[in-house]
Parts: sequence; C-alpha cells; structure tokens
Amino acid sequence: MSEHKHFFDKVRNVRAVLWTLFVVCVLLFVADLILERHVDHPWEAFFGFYVLFGFFSCVVLVLIAKQMRKVLMRKENYYEDND
Amino acid sequence: MIELPSFVIFYVAAILVAVLPHRLGQVLLLSTPVIGGIILHGLTADSALEWRVMQLVLTPLRIDPLSLIFGYLFHIAAFLGIVFALHLRDRWQSVTSLLYAGSALGAVFAGDFLTLFFFWEMLALTSAFLIFARKTERARSAGIRYVIIQVISGVLLLAGALVIYRQTGSLAFNHIGLGTFGSVLIFLAFGIKCAFPLLHNWLTDAYPEATVTGTVFLSAFTTKVAVYALARGFAGTEALVYIGAVMTCFPIFYAVIENDLRRVLAYSMINQIGFMVVGIGLGTALAVNGAIAHAFNDVIFKGLLMMSMGAVLFRTGRINGSDLGGLHKSMPITTTLCIVGAASISAFPLFSGFVSKSMVMMAVLEENHSIVWLALLFASAGVFHHAGIKIPFFAFFGHDSGIRSPEPPVNMLIAMSISAALCVLIGSYPWLLYSLLPFEVSYTPFDRSHVLSQLQLLAFSAVAFAWLKISGLYPPELRSTNIDAEWLYRRFVPCIIRVITGEISRVRDVVMKLLRVSNKTIMNSVFRHYGPKGTLARTWPTGSMVLWVAVLLAASLLLYYL
Repeated sequence: MSEHKHFFDKVRNVRAVLWTLFVVCVLLFVADLILERHVDHPWEAFFGFYVLFGFFSCVVLVLIAKQMRKVLMRKENYYEDND
Repeated sequence: MIELPSFVIFYVAAILVAVLPHRLGQVLLLSTPVIGGIILHGLTADSALEWRVMQLVLTPLRIDPLSLIFGYLFHIAAFLGIVFALHLRDRWQSVTSLLYAGSALGAVFAGDFLTLFFFWEMLALTSAFLIFARKTERARSAGIRYVIIQVISGVLLLAGALVIYRQTGSLAFNHIGLGTFGSVLIFLAFGIKCAFPLLHNWLTDAYPEATVTGTVFLSAFTTKVAVYALARGFAGTEALVYIGAVMTCFPIFYAVIENDLRRVLAYSMINQIGFMVVGIGLGTALAVNGAIAHAFNDVIFKGLLMMSMGAVLFRTGRINGSDLGGLHKSMPITTTLCIVGAASISAFPLFSGFVSKSMVMMAVLEENHSIVWLALLFASAGVFHHAGIKIPFFAFFGHDSGIRSPEPPVNMLIAMSISAALCVLIGSYPWLLYSLLPFEVSYTPFDRSHVLSQLQLLAFSAVAFAWLKISGLYPPELRSTNIDAEWLYRRFVPCIIRVITGEISRVRDVVMKLLRVSNKTIMNSVFRHYGPKGTLARTWPTGSMVLWVAVLLAASLLLYYL
C-alpha cells in the first residue's frame, strides 16, 4: 500500500520548523534587549536570565537523568521476575 | 432549595446504573454530573448541614468558597471522564467511577473528620476497581499495593482525628497546623494521598496500570482531594514550601527516562501537585488562590493528556515511547488536542497553566524564597520538556513506528475537545476561574514581563530539546523499569524478610536436629534400663531380695549406733 507523503516526511519541512523555532528564539533574545522587563527578583535583572536558564536547565536535566539511568535502570520485568 | 449533599446524587445514580439497561444507564451517567452541578449551584453559600448521631455532630455538607470550587471542579471532571468512557460496555467500571466521583465530592464537602475519613476510605476502595478492571496480573498486584497504601493513609487520618478529638472534644475539620501528635498523623495521611516525596510511589505504580478510562478518573480526584485537605488544614505551614519544591523537581528526572508515557504523566502529576503544595505552604491569599487555581487547571489539562494517551493505548494497545511514533499521520485530531494539553501544562501564555502557575511563582517571590523560586523555575522548564515536548513527540512524531491506527471513538474525541476548549478558555479569559477562588484576586497574569520571560524560558527549553535530539545526546526510549522509592517495599523489605525467615528456619533446623539427637540418646538409655533386656526389667529371685533387705537393715542399724 503506497502512502502519500506526510508533512514531516520531507526533511525540508522539518528543517523549516526548526528554523522557525530558531528565528523565534532570536527574536525573543532581541526582545530582552529592547523591552524593559519589570523585575521582581535581582537575579531576573541579569541580561538574558530566562533565555539562559531555560536552555541550561533543560540540558542539565537531561544529562543528569541520563546518568541516573546507570544507577536506576533495570530490565522491564524487574519486579515481576522475583515477585 | 433542598440541601442535598452532592455525594448522595452520585451514589444513588451509581445504584441505578447498576440495574438499568445499558442505554438508559448511559443517559443517567451523563446527566448525573449535570444535575449534581445544577443542585450544587442552587445551594446557599457559606452554609452547613448538620446531622446528630448519638453525641457526635457530623457535617456532611459544608459549603464555603474553598469547598465550592472543588465541588464544581469535580462535577466537570466527572462529566468529562464519563463522556470519555461512554463507549464502554463495562457496567462495573461505570458504577465504580460514579461512586469514586461521589466519594471525592463527599470528601471536599465534609465538615468533620469522621465524614472525611469515611469518604477518604471510599475513595481508596472505589478507585481500586478502576485499576483491577484492567484485568492483567500487573494491574492486580499494583491495585493491591495501591489499596494497602491508601488504607494506611485512612488509618493515619482516623488515628490523628481521634487524638485531636481527645484533646479538643471536637471533630470539626478546620485549620489544623502542625504541632501536636494528632496533627502530625493527619499531615502524614494527607501527605500519602498528596504524593509527598518517598510517599509518592503508589501514584506512579498504580495509575499507569489502570484501564484506559480509569486513569482519566484517577488523575482527577484522589490527589486533588488531598490538595483540598491540605489547603483546609495546613495552609501556611512552612514545611510544605520545601516539600512542594522537592515534589516539583525530583519527578522530572524520572519523567525524562521513563518509557511508559502514562507513567511519564504520573510523574509530571507529582511535579504539578508540587506547585500547589508550595502555594498552600506559603499561605498568603495570592499563593493559596494560585494553588487552587492550578489544581483546577491541572485536573483539566492532565485529564486531557491522560485522555490522549488513553486514546493511543486504546487504538494501538501500546503505551511505551519505544513502541510508538508517527501517529500524527493517522490520528491528527488526537495529536492536535494532545498538543493543546501539552501547551497548557507547560504554561504557554493563553493556555490554562500559565494563569495559575504564575500566581504561585509570584507568591514565592513576594515571600522571598529565592532558592524555592529557582527550583520552581527549573521545574517549569522541566515540565515543558517532558510533558510538553516528550509526550507528543514520542507518541505522535519522532521515529515512525509504522502504526496507522484510526482516531479513537467519537465520545473520546468529544471529551478531549471539551477539555481542550476549557484549557484555552481559562487560559485566555482567566477571570472566569478567578471569580471562583476563595480570596479576592487582584493579580493580572498578562503583563509584558511575565509573558516575555515565560516565552523565553519555553522557547529556549525547546531549543535545548532540539539540540540534544539532533546531537544524539538525548537518552533514547528504552524498555526498562526505573527503580524508585517503591524498591524499598517491593524489593528491599521482601528481601530482608526472606533473609530473616531463611535464618529462622535454618536455626530451627539446627535446634530440631540437636533435639532429635538428644532424644535418641535419652530413649536409648531408657531402653537399656527399662527395655525387655534392661536391668530394671529383669525378674529377680526372692532370695536375693531378702538378702538385700537384710543388708539394708544392717547398714541402717550400723548408722543408728554410730
């Protein structure tokens, strides 16, 4: 059965989505320069605080979680096999 | 208007659904939350219904702003869950769902500890059937563990209530606050149901094992009853701020590496409850409002996400990220609705999570908890990562699994559409929700700084995901079990018990062996003396006896004269 090509089957479209994301990010980064952000906490006042925090917290989250697998991961039927 | 407690309506409907024919039962199922909602709306605010049982004053219906908002929420959740489950021809599940929703309503309107305890245990028992109804061995054992833990929570609640009754002579359920022994017991009881760290594992263990429709009900009621109970009894308890902060952070690590997508949602549920617990712990008007608004939104968006994953499980029979992918090609509507849920839980501006979570964040800043604020910010980025991106990505996009399952039944689509509509409605017009909150709201969610900073946080989290995925650093979905606190009672304690019983039986064997040997020696010696050939069993001649008597007499005479 031949299936018609879906939107994300084309690499070009995936690229387009990613580029859109990057452009949005750049715009948001620039917005930090132009717009006055009202600040409730001194740390927020750092330039690009939310940009950096958003990016690095996710990277740190994933990399730590990946290391946690070494300690926590067991086979799928870990509990059943010995119950 | 008659003062009719909401649980009565649900309980009576449950009995009727059990006996009515299928079609009529469906009509009744659908109309129960609607009728219940209308009756609830007609009840006088700030009133209480009291029953006197012997010397006790029971309050089965207490209406105030705090209980009322949860009352409305549970009617909405029950309605959505019932629509989602309408295709079912499983009478048992329909009946238990109604009883379960009724018990949740009974618990939030309970004005005294005894009524609360009754519904607390009813919640545990009725919901367990939604797990057992999956009819797998895994579900059966997870259900049993679930019931045991929930009943322990109930017992702690009763014990605490009795201690407090002894001290104060009142069973009324109002602000408790930590301090006395009784209050600590109740705090723990609420903590178990609220999935405090280390007490949380029943949730991630049992919810993903329940039926497709059962998990939707489960995700709505039990934990939110606990959130209500904490807001009623322990608002302003500082310990909750730190407990909540831990709850927001640790589950997101598990969510990243978990393969079962409904279990990912269970972990993200603990993360969301964490925000509510922090808000309750702060205890300011803004914080408590934020916590309750977030509970309200969470029931709807988490319900929507559970529904979309339920729809995937229902159609494909699979729920592991490693087995799914590419489903957007055949399930575009479910995909879209799931993304609405994902945007709501991630707190995108104009979606429901944003208008409530930002209240809690704001309250944390107002109270100068810098570290807690950072933790919540980290958790906000993390929740977008695992619930906002991971769930839709691994189920509907990502690696194409080749599965081309059709859209779920129309009732499921309707339930998901209503939930999605509510997410957008509350997200774009939050004053609908704000007007129901217990305290006056002067908070404006859509100020420029909030919107900008939230968009920056989310967009750059998305970039982080894209980068990790493209560079191959992102951990792949693997068929696995990740050990968590449950390891203590599923592995460690059974192992200890096995070792101890092993040792006991070894000692018993040694003792038995020694006994057997010594028994044998004793029996042998007895046999030697008294047996057929034993000295004492011999027949003695009369003469020798007379001789011995004479010897003894002589000896005694001799001794007498000495």
